[in-house]
Amino acid sequence: MSALYLLVLASIVVAGFFLMAFIWSVRSNQYEDKQGAAIRMLQDDEIKSIN
Amino acid sequence: MPTTEQERSTIIISKPIKKEATKCYHCGTDCITNTIAIEDKVFCCEGCKLVFEILNENGLCDYYNLQSHPGLSQIKPTRSDKFAYLDNEEIASRLYKFTDGNNTMVTFYIPGVHCASCMWLLEHMNKLDAGITESRLNFTNKEVTIRFQQQKISIRKIVELLTTIGYEPYISLDDAEQKKSKNYNKKLIYKLGVAGFCFGNIMLMSFPEYLSTDKGIENQYAFLFRILNLVLSLPVFFYSASEFFSSAWAGLKQKILNIDAPIVLALIITFSRSIYEIATNTGSGYLDSMSGIVFFMLVGRVVQERTYRSISFHRDYKSYFPIAVNVITKDGIVSKNLQDLQEKDIVELHNDEIIPADAIVVKGNARIDYSFVTGESEPVMIETGKQVYAGGKQTGEKITIQIVKPVAGSYLTSLWNHHSFSKNKIEKNNRDSIIHVMSKYFTIVLFVLAAATAIYWWMHDPSKILPSVSAMLIVACPCALLLAATYTNGNLLRLLSNNGLYLRDATIIEQLGDVSHIVFDKTGTLTQGSKQFHSSGHQMTETEKSWIYNIASHSQHPYSKALVKFLGAYPIITAEKWEEHTGKGLYAEVAGNIIKIGSAAFTGVELENENNKPALYIRINDKITAFYITTEFRDDIPQMIPVLHNRYGLSLLSGDNDRQRERLEGIFGQSSKLLFEQKPIDKLQYIEQLQTKGEKVLMMGDGLNDAGALQQSNVGITLADDINNFTPSCDAILDARKFGKFPALLRLAHSGRYIIYFSFFISILYNIVGLSISMQGKMSPMIAAILMPVSTLTIVLVTTGLGSVIAKRLHLSLKTS
Repeated sequence: MSALYLLVLASIVVAGFFLMAFIWSVRSNQYEDKQGAAIRMLQDDEIKSIN
Repeated sequence: MPTTEQERSTIIISKPIKKEATKCYHCGTDCITNTIAIEDKVFCCEGCKLVFEILNENGLCDYYNLQSHPGLSQIKPTRSDKFAYLDNEEIASRLYKFTDGNNTMVTFYIPGVHCASCMWLLEHMNKLDAGITESRLNFTNKEVTIRFQQQKISIRKIVELLTTIGYEPYISLDDAEQKKSKNYNKKLIYKLGVAGFCFGNIMLMSFPEYLSTDKGIENQYAFLFRILNLVLSLPVFFYSASEFFSSAWAGLKQKILNIDAPIVLALIITFSRSIYEIATNTGSGYLDSMSGIVFFMLVGRVVQERTYRSISFHRDYKSYFPIAVNVITKDGIVSKNLQDLQEKDIVELHNDEIIPADAIVVKGNARIDYSFVTGESEPVMIETGKQVYAGGKQTGEKITIQIVKPVAGSYLTSLWNHHSFSKNKIEKNNRDSIIHVMSKYFTIVLFVLAAATAIYWWMHDPSKILPSVSAMLIVACPCALLLAATYTNGNLLRLLSNNGLYLRDATIIEQLGDVSHIVFDKTGTLTQGSKQFHSSGHQMTETEKSWIYNIASHSQHPYSKALVKFLGAYPIITAEKWEEHTGKGLYAEVAGNIIKIGSAAFTGVELENENNKPALYIRINDKITAFYITTEFRDDIPQMIPVLHNRYGLSLLSGDNDRQRERLEGIFGQSSKLLFEQKPIDKLQYIEQLQTKGEKVLMMGDGLNDAGALQQSNVGITLADDINNFTPSCDAILDARKFGKFPALLRLAHSGRYIIYFSFFISILYNIVGLSISMQGKMSPMIAAILMPVSTLTIVLVTTGLGSVIAKRLHLSLKTS
C-alpha cells in the first residue's frame, strides 16, 4: 500500500503541471485576442526562394 | 506651412469605356469610369489606385487574394498636413508606449479593421518601410502595435503610411492621457484557476474517506489525505477567496454590510472548524465544500464580468477633440497641445475639424455643425466677429478663429464640471442592489437564530454551543444568493448583448428593471440619418434623374447620399466632367448639359422663402428643382412608443426647434412632456427634477449634447448605428437596428429580479434540508459534499433556463445574430 504515497504524489505533480500551463497561457496574453489567432493561423507564410 | 489653395477635392472624369458598372479592385465600390486602371484592374478613384500601387511595389498583393475587395474606399482625400502635430516631439512622446530614444513602440486604434486581409496587411507593415521592425494587430480590440526605429521613420510618417493604405488611426486626446489598460481582470482568472485546481484535487483526496466502510480507512492514510487537503485548501482560502475578503472589508469600512460579509464569515468558520477537526483527529472537515463554493462563486463572477472590449463606455469630450491644433503665430503655423491653448491664440480650422474652445471667427465662411453640442441638425452660418462654441464642427472651407476661453472653461466642456460627473455610479448601483439588501436581512436573521441556539445550549449543555453554532453558520452561508445573482446577471448580459443591447456592467441590469420614466433625445435617437425628400419646381425627366443619380452617387456628402436613396437605382452613365466643391455643391457636365447640385448661392438661385428652406437645389442648365428634407423617424418608433407608454412615463428633450411638435405629439400622446430647444445643461437638470420626484429615469440619447443627461440618469443608453463608433460616456449602448426590441429588452431586464428571487427560494429549500439534517446531528462531510454541488447546479440551471425561456417568450433571439 505504500505505492499509494507515490501515486498521490504523482497525481498532484501532474495536476500541478496543468495549473502551471494554465497560468502561463493567461500570462502570455493568449486570451487577449481570440479572433485574431483564429485568422492568423490560416494565413500562409510566404514562400521564400532559397538560393 | 500655410496653404493658399482652396480646400476642395477634384476628380475629373472623361470618356466612357464600358456601360456596366465594374467593381473597384480595391474597395468594391461601383466604378463610374474604367479609366482609372492598371492593366485589367479597375479602380473607383485615384486613392484606391494609389493603395494598390504601394502594395504592388512592395510585393504585398496577397492582400487581395485573402478576400476580394478588402480595401476601404479612398474617395475622401486626407489633408496632407493633418498629422503635422505628430512632428511635435512633446505630443508624439505621449503616444509612445515605450521608447529608448530609437526603438519605439506605439499602439493605434484603427476603426477600419474588419477582415483577414486587414490583419495580413497590418502585420506586414515592415515590408512597406524598413524603419518598422514589427507590427502586430489585436483583432478584437482593433489595435495595432508597431515597433519602429525613430532614426529611420517618424511617428508622423507611420500614421501617414497607415492613412495612405486606408487604415487611418484614430488619435484623440484620450490616447495622450494616462490610459487604463483595457485588460480583463486577469487576477480573477488566476484565482479561478487555482481554486479549480485545488477543488478538484481536494475532492479526489476526500473520496477514499467517503467511500470507505464503517471501519474507516487505515489511519495512516486518513491522516495523509487530510493533511494534503489542508495544504491544498490554503491557496483557496488565502488567495482565491481574497476577492471576497477585500470586498467585505471595503463594505465594512463604509459601514455597509454587503453580501460578501456573511460569506466571508461562513468561510472563516468552515476553515477554522476544519482545521480544528483535522488537528484533533475528530473528523475530516468541510474543506472540499469550502473550496467548491469558492470555485463556483468565482465562476459566477467571471461570467458576470463579461466585458465588450471593442466598445468603450467611458468617453467624454476628450475622445472627440483633436490632440493638437494648428495655431498661427509670428513664426508661422505651429501645432499646439490642446491643453496649452490659451486665450487670444489664433487657430486655423479645416473642413470637418472640431472647434476646440469657445472662439470668435476671424476669417472665412464659418458654417458650423453643432449637432454634437445641441442636437440641432442643420449647420449654421456664422459671420466674422461672431462667437462660435467648442464642439461645433466646421463644414466647408478653412476658417481662422481666435480663442476666447480655454478648453476646460468652454461652454460644452464646462458641462463636465457639473457635480453629476463626480458621482461614482457603479458604486452607488452596487450598494443599492437587491442582493445586498436581501443579504442584510438574511445576516440579521441568521445572527438572531445563532444567538438563540447558543442561549439554548448554554442552558442545557454548554459544550455543544460551539459545534452547533458553527454548523449552523456553515450551512446557512448566503453563497446561494450570490450564486443566484451572478449567474442570473451573467446570463441576462449574454441575452441582452445577443439582442443588441450592450451593458457596461452587471449592476445596470437591475437599474434597467427598475426604470419608471424614459426620456428620449430627438435628433439621432428618434430620427435617423435617412431623411425624406420632396421636390418642387421643375419636374425632372427620367433621363435627367439618371444624370443626377450618377453625379450624386459619387459624393460622400449626407445630402448627396440621401438624394441617391430618394432617386432609386439608375444605370451607370459617365460624366464628361465631375467636380466636388466641398461645402458648396457638385458641378458636372453630362451630355453637354451643365448640372449643378448644391446651395442656393452655388447654383445661383435666389432665396424666396426663409421659413421653408430647401436643403439643396438642382440646376440643369436653366431648369431648377428645389429639394426639401423632412427628418424621418426610425421605422420602429410609431409602434414602440405606445407600447412603452403603457408601462413608463415618457418625455422628449430636443435640442432642435419645435418644427415637428405636432407629429411628435401624435406619437407620444398628450400625457408625455415634449420640450424643445434644450441645451445640454437643461437636459441634465430636467432629469434631476424627475429624480427628485422619485422617478427612476432612463435617458436615451446619442450625442455629446446628451452626455450630461446620460450621466445624471439612472440608466443612460446611447443609441448607435455602429456600435464601434464613438459614443458618449454611458451605461449601455443599444444597436440602432435593434431599436424595435427595446421594450422587450426592458422587460427581460425587469424579469431578472424575479429570477433571482425564485432561485434564492430554491436554495432556501436546500438550506432547510441541510439544516434539518445537521440539527439531527447527521450532517456528515459527505452529505455536505453532495448537497453543495447539487444545489449550485440547480441554481445555474434554473437561472440560465428561466432567463432563456423568458427571452424566448418575448421573441428575443437566444443566439448571437
